[in-house]
Amino acid sequence: MDTTLKVEDLHKKFGAVEVLKGVSLEARTGDVIAMIGSSGSGKSTLLRCINLLETPNSGRVYVNGELIRMKPLQDGTAKPEDIKQVERIRSKLAMVFQSFNLWTHRTILENVIEAPIHVLGLPRKEAIERAEILLAKVGIAEKRNFYPNHLSGGQQQRAAIARALAMEPSVLLFDEPTSALDPELIGEVLQVMRKLAEEGRTMLVVTHEIGFARDVASEIVFLHKGQIEEKGPPREVIGSPKSERLRQFLSATRH
Amino acid sequence: MDDSLALFIEIVPTLLAAVPVTLVLTFLSAVIGNTLALPVAVGSLSPHIYLRYPSLFYIFVMRGTPLLAQTYLIYYGLGELFPGTWVQQSFLWPYLRDGFWYAIFAFSLNTAGYTGEILRGAILAVPKGEIEAARAYGFSRFLIFWRVTLPRAIQICLPTMTGETILLLKATSLASLITVWEVMGTARQIQKVTFRVYEPLIAAGILYILMVFVLTRLMMVVEQSINRHRLAPV
Repeated sequence: MDTTLKVEDLHKKFGAVEVLKGVSLEARTGDVIAMIGSSGSGKSTLLRCINLLETPNSGRVYVNGELIRMKPLQDGTAKPEDIKQVERIRSKLAMVFQSFNLWTHRTILENVIEAPIHVLGLPRKEAIERAEILLAKVGIAEKRNFYPNHLSGGQQQRAAIARALAMEPSVLLFDEPTSALDPELIGEVLQVMRKLAEEGRTMLVVTHEIGFARDVASEIVFLHKGQIEEKGPPREVIGSPKSERLRQFLSATRH
Repeated sequence: MDDSLALFIEIVPTLLAAVPVTLVLTFLSAVIGNTLALPVAVGSLSPHIYLRYPSLFYIFVMRGTPLLAQTYLIYYGLGELFPGTWVQQSFLWPYLRDGFWYAIFAFSLNTAGYTGEILRGAILAVPKGEIEAARAYGFSRFLIFWRVTLPRAIQICLPTMTGETILLLKATSLASLITVWEVMGTARQIQKVTFRVYEPLIAAGILYILMVFVLTRLMMVVEQSINRHRLAPV
């Protein structure tokens, strides 16, 4: 199988604090990788380093085999060699955020067609057709002309997922997509994500929903203090955790 | 009382004839000033000190000195440069001879300073998440500014800008001091001719109130159409 996303030896420091201490990861096409770990373990930072919302200090990220070229700087940080390349690669890595981050001055439909038109250069008509199919798929077709503030959190997050899908991305990045939702709204978002996983989309999901990770993920990665402490198929990682820290984490979160 | 009323009726047409001058002064200064405010605001947020410091200094000076002083400086200062030079022969002279254009120039520069600062604050108030979403979807820096930051910032500062435009409308009365016969100047002219102090002032005051009233209604319509997302769903 093709490797869609490959991360090698990623390091990230915020000031003196090293948040990622050499993380490597590989996602083949169709993989659903769930990243779990307590807060501060670096899982969100890892996700944000992949699309360069945070700039890693060192390490390599490959998307569809293409290396994001980085230039090390004097002070130990790094910066992208070519911002155009970063922008092009970002358009293949659609991200779903914890707080949705829909553009509140645009309707739901406008949110979904915005990047396809302005980044991918899709004709407006085609973008709208694509958006309508996707909005129906996530179950909010009738809300297309509403503004984000008029929707519930769950509906907003589903709109954000439609916005991500409209890019026809190689990898979907989910950054705690249900953490900002009321408990009764979590289910509807997870259901959409489950459907996407079944379609064979490549997904990287930072989540606290252990149940979702167990049922849907093809691989679970447990991060602890900026390193991968344990990873493997859900059955093994959740069912019979090897590391003591993972056992502690699971017993603290599961119930 | 009767002759007050008679005078009122007599002077209102004269004052009304000056209303377009006030409105054009306001409109042109607002359009030019608010357009210039954009580079001022962007410059004041630039990481490059050669852009940031001049922009901040500009805002500082425009907000820190009286508009009347600015108007006089521009009218008498600039006005003194041109006579006797090639400008006097050029097509620009009819404009550069006229206080009206100096007033527009002064009010525009002043508005650019004030609105520049307002817009700067509004740009900083745009939710970071929305900008981050645009970055994550591969928007270029220009596209982020044009499609997300600027429209959101304008939404945020529009009510304040309405207030600024009202202040500008009334500030155009200063143009009367550099020979522009807008409403206030005309009222003063009438005072001199009729030897009556209050009637022209009161009539002018009423006209300003009416203009401000219409302006606020207009801006309300604009605000509602721009801030649809805050209203109840249709």
